[in-house]
This record gives sequence, C-alpha cells and structure tokens, in this order.
Amino acid sequence: MLAASPRLASAAAARLSFDELYGSFSPLGLEFSDKVKDLTGKTVAIRGFMAPPLKAEAQFFVLSEIPMALCPFCSTDADWPDSIVVVYLDRKQTFTQPNQMIEVTGALDRGSWIDPETGFVSQLRLRQARYRTV
Amino acid sequence: MRARLAVLAAATFLAGAANAATIYPLDRAKILVGSPFDFKVELDQVYDAADIDVTVNGKAYADVFGHEAEFVSDEKGKDDASLGSALILRDLSLASAGDYTVSVKAGDAEEKTVNWTVYNTPSVAKAKNVIFFLGDGLSVAHRTAARIMSKGMTEGKADGRLAMDDIPPAAFIGTSSTHSIATDSANTMSAYMTGHKTRVNALGVYADRTPASQDDPKVETIAEALRRQTGKSIGVVSTAEIEDATPAAIVAHTRLRGDKADIVGMFYEVQPDVILGGGSAYFLKSDVPGSKRKDDKDYIQMFTDAGYTVAIDAASLEDAAKNNAGKILGLFHTGNMDTKLDRSFLKKGTVEKFPDQPGLVEMTETAIDRLSQNKDGFFLMVEGASIDKMSHPMDWDRAVVDTIEFDQAIAKAVEFAKSNPDTLIVVTGDHTHGVSLIGTIDDNVEADEMREKVMTYDDAGFPDYADTDGDGYPDKIDVDRRFAIFSNNFPDYYETFRPKMDGPFEPSIKGENGEYVANEQYKDVPGAVLRVGNLPKNADTAVHAVDDIVLQATGPGSEGFSGYMEQSDVYEVLADAFALGTSQKAGQ
Ligand SMILES: [Zn+2]
Repeated sequence: MLAASPRLASAAAARLSFDELYGSFSPLGLEFSDKVKDLTGKTVAIRGFMAPPLKAEAQFFVLSEIPMALCPFCSTDADWPDSIVVVYLDRKQTFTQPNQMIEVTGALDRGSWIDPETGFVSQLRLRQARYRTV
Repeated sequence: MRARLAVLAAATFLAGAANAATIYPLDRAKILVGSPFDFKVELDQVYDAADIDVTVNGKAYADVFGHEAEFVSDEKGKDDASLGSALILRDLSLASAGDYTVSVKAGDAEEKTVNWTVYNTPSVAKAKNVIFFLGDGLSVAHRTAARIMSKGMTEGKADGRLAMDDIPPAAFIGTSSTHSIATDSANTMSAYMTGHKTRVNALGVYADRTPASQDDPKVETIAEALRRQTGKSIGVVSTAEIEDATPAAIVAHTRLRGDKADIVGMFYEVQPDVILGGGSAYFLKSDVPGSKRKDDKDYIQMFTDAGYTVAIDAASLEDAAKNNAGKILGLFHTGNMDTKLDRSFLKKGTVEKFPDQPGLVEMTETAIDRLSQNKDGFFLMVEGASIDKMSHPMDWDRAVVDTIEFDQAIAKAVEFAKSNPDTLIVVTGDHTHGVSLIGTIDDNVEADEMREKVMTYDDAGFPDYADTDGDGYPDKIDVDRRFAIFSNNFPDYYETFRPKMDGPFEPSIKGENGEYVANEQYKDVPGAVLRVGNLPKNADTAVHAVDDIVLQATGPGSEGFSGYMEQSDVYEVLADAFALGTSQKAGQ
C-alpha cells in the first residue's frame, strides 16, 4: 500500500494555501477562489494548524491558518475564524499540538455540509485525509 | 443511626435555609413597575404541589400575582438527573410600587424568603434622548494613555482634553455577578440594560439550574421597555459582532452569550431602528460561505423585507444615511470589525478582506442623525468593543488607539447634546482590566535587555508620539520612546516591549492537554522574553479585573448617579430619565 503513504500522496497533490481559499470577501458572504473551484474533487495538500479537537477520539478536526486561541468570555468556543477547512481522516491518527504546523493531504470537497455527529457546519473539507508534521 | 442522621440533616436544612429553595428574581431585586418578568422557585427536592406554600406579603401568591404558576414536579439536569420541583410563572408584572416579601415553604425541609422593591418613575420624562457609551473594558489606564497619546503633554500638564474628560465622573460602579465577584460583558451590560444582575455569560435572564439556555427566568430589556411604553427610536452601534454580548444585551434573553445565531433572531423581534456593527456571519443562511448559522434562515433578506436598508461598507452606509429615511442594518464584517489602528493606519488584521469598514465615529454620527429624526426621541447604545478585545491579548497600542476613537464618538454626542440639551449622555465601561501605564520604554537607552529600557519615575519623561496632521491619532505608533503599559495578570507569553506592527497580538496558544503556552511566533523578536504566567494554564489571555469602574454622565437625569452603585442600579436612573413607569405612546 505504498501509494497510500501520506508522503507519496502529498507529492502528487496540488498545493493550496489558506490565502487562496476565497476570491472575494463581503459581509454578504465569501466566494470561493477559482483555484478552489478547479481543485474541488481533486487531491490537495494544505498547511495549517490543528484546532483543539471537538472530541478526543474524533476522526475529524478543524484546520486553521493560524494556531487557535479562543477567549471563552469574549468569543465563545462556537466561534471559528472564517478561514477553516474541516479534515476527515481516512483512519485515526494521534492529534498533534495545536501550535505544530501540519500538512494535510486529502480530497477537496466544497459546499455546505453538516457533520452528522457534531452538527458542525462547514463549507470546505478534505476527505480521506492524512497529515504529517512539517 | 440512619434515622438520627436524617433528623440532623433536616435540622441543618432549616438552619441553612439559604441552601434550600432559590427564588427568582433574587433577594433585593429592584423591579420597574409594570415591567414583565418571569417568577421561578427552584426547590432542592421533589414535592407534591400541595406541599408547596408560596406567599407574597403574607397572602397567597396567586392572589397577588393574578395567576397560578406552572408546577414542574421534577426538573431534569444533565443526563436526566433529578433537580427537584419548581414553580414557574412567566410574564408576570406588578402594577403597584412598594416592597414585596416572597416566602416559600416546601414540606418541612425547605424555606426561603426574598424581598423585592418595585419602583415607579416620575410621570414626566427628564430626558428626551439617552446616548449610552460603553467602552468595553474601559479602565483608567486606557483613558490616561489615550489622553497623553492623542493630546500630548508638556511639563506634566496635558496639552489637551479628551471629550470624556469634560463629562463629570458621577459614580463608581460595582460589576460583580450573581455567582461571582468577577464579571463579563454579558452579565454587566445585561444589568445596565435590565436593572437585574445576573450570572457570567447570561443576558436578560436570571441563570437557572436547568441545562437549556433559553428557558431561564426572563427580565425586560430597555429596548423592550421602550417599545412597551414609548414611541422612541432605538439604535445599537458596536465595532464587535452585533450579536456579541454588549450589543446583544439590548435585546437578548439567554443564559449563554454564545447563542449568537438565536440572538440575531432576538434583534429581529425587537427591530432596533439602527443596527450597525460586525457579525454578518450569523445573518447569512448556512449554505453561504462565511455563514456561521446552522439553518437556512436568511436574516439579511428578513431585515430587508422588514423595511431595513442594508449597508455593507462605509460607502453604502453613507448612501443609506443620505437616500433613505427608514431603518438601517449596517453589517461591515462577518466577524468583529478591525481596530482603528489596523483600519486606518497599519492595514493589518483583516483589513485587506474588508477594506472599507466605517469607523465608530461615522457609525455614531449616522445613528444620531437617523434616530434624532424621531420627534419622540431615542435611545442609542454605542460600544467601543476593541478596547476590551485588544486588552485581553495585551495589545495596548490597539486598545489605546481604539479608546481615542471611542472618545471621538463621544465628542459627536456631546456636539449633538449642545443643540439638544434634553439628551442624557452616559459614559462607562462594563468591567476593568488589570492594566496600568507605568512610564515609557526608550529604545535610545543602551542596554542588552529590554527591561533596562523601561523608564519609570523621573526617567520616564514624556513619550515621542506626535500628531502633526491633528487627527487626534499619533502619526506613528512604533516611536522610539513609547508607553510602558503592563497587565498585572497574564498567561505564559513573550513580552516584546514593542507595538505589534504585523497584526493584533496573540500572546498564547493552546498547547498539549489544552493548556495555553506562549506563542512562539514572538520568540525571536529582538529582546523578547518569556513571561511565565500567573493565571491558570487554561487562561489564553489576560482577564477582567473586579475593580470598580467609573461612570460619567451629563444632561438631564445625570443627577441620579452618585457614590457607589451596583451596575444594576444604573438601569433605574435610565428608567427614571425616560419615565418608563408611565406610558407615553401617542394616543394614550
Ligand atoms: Zn473581555
């Protein structure tokens, strides 16, 4: 199963950065970039930080551009930055420290989707994903 | 042995009745005459309805209150745990002023008595308009620093005055909450806007024991009282998300300030005439990228259908102000708006994404212009939100520059009040921060360690901030000799002794086991040193202080503020100024 190794998958994947997710911003909503539209359904690699997992044993976590720090009384735990990508792992991996940069590789999925287990709503996801620290 | 213990336990219950039943509103509550509120009794044990006796001033409660309460034989907590019986009577109001003693006796074990004061107001309003300025976290250090940075200082005397310097200090305000000496914006603003103290995180309710966040005993907010009794217009302006705790307190009823999607619905219920701020993410239906809703409610469309002109940037706000006469919903950011330092000077933060955000001064001006068209008057709340949002991460430059902006917004209100002397202006904060200005930091001092450049006492001298264009803001924030401002409480972080020119400071980030660790991003800033926190490791930023906050006021009704007051007492002064005990609706 060499082909499934993250290192190889990553070599084959198109790179996408947080800066490139949206083409335009407005209080009336964000618009995905052409690059995101082109790469939807394809394997991509994104670097970012793992937000504190919603559940210890979850196979899904939130990837953010900068390490997450939430003020429980000024924002709430329900609050996330605009630029996040939800990551669904193809198998369980141990979670990393949130200030450790990781590169996640997976199939890019786009559009509003509610996680059935947590109710978390996301617009962008990586599915069948794996990650490594960088 | 068992029986004896039971007897002892019963005796203890009687002696320690404070631990038994809870009655909402709590003891010593002050309630505006005619103002609707929910009455709730929580008992520790399960009873038959017949075993619970509730009296008001010695009479059966239902005779005084006019209704029977709903009996809940056993309220459920987490995992269906039994909490005990409860009585709930919603939307009660008391038409006569006076003292009310409410006593509850259940079986032989539980007893509780509370006293309420129901107050009336003069029948004629003292003020036609109230403009309530809330500097979130506004501490004395913020205003001192804002004055010196904005106006300069020569030979120890300020070269100019802030607008707030000429509004008389009227009272010290205690900000504690019902379950803690400490507070947050939700608890304190809710107390200002309802007259009832509550618990941290709660808005417009007493925090009850059941897990649901929106079934707690409600109290009336000022916006609801204004709609009930007057024809006045209502405005809410903030640089935060408009559904964030401070602006939300004008309309919201929830135990959890984090119920932001629902709070948007509460704004929609009350429909303030002017709503300006950030936080559009909770107005967008869930399939719009950037939305933080979980449903398909499109509040932008719903407000439009309700007659609002929607503005999304400074230009469209100006258009809305000029070309329409009706209600305005201005949402200028999906989240919190950027700070003044980022918006106007450094162009950092999220300014690249939202380049045309209006400032607090323009928003305040627009709101006053629009609201003052109502001949019945108005209530406007203006929040300088980033004073707090930047004090938590100890980003003092951003906090102080936002204090200057907040002050310039106050100047607009002072100007309005000159030609409209029937306007009460209140300026206060909701809590303080443990922050002080202690001197300067001087880069010209030769030293290896940055701490040797911290100049105190005689050595502090005066900072180098200059305002050559006269806009009230320093031309440059990273001057050679700048403010030395420190927090007395902090998580682990790297102290850089310098302004954060690349964007707002993020002192710590979540590390292993959920504990916060110093953000290594600042480790290599020349001279940066690790400061080991004095807060628990679950604190990500500096925290609110319990210290009293200064309240200033000018205009009719301002004489109601004096000495020491609880933040809940502030509401009574506002109600008095507006004569909220008397209906002033046209045709009545
Ligand atoms: Zn705060």
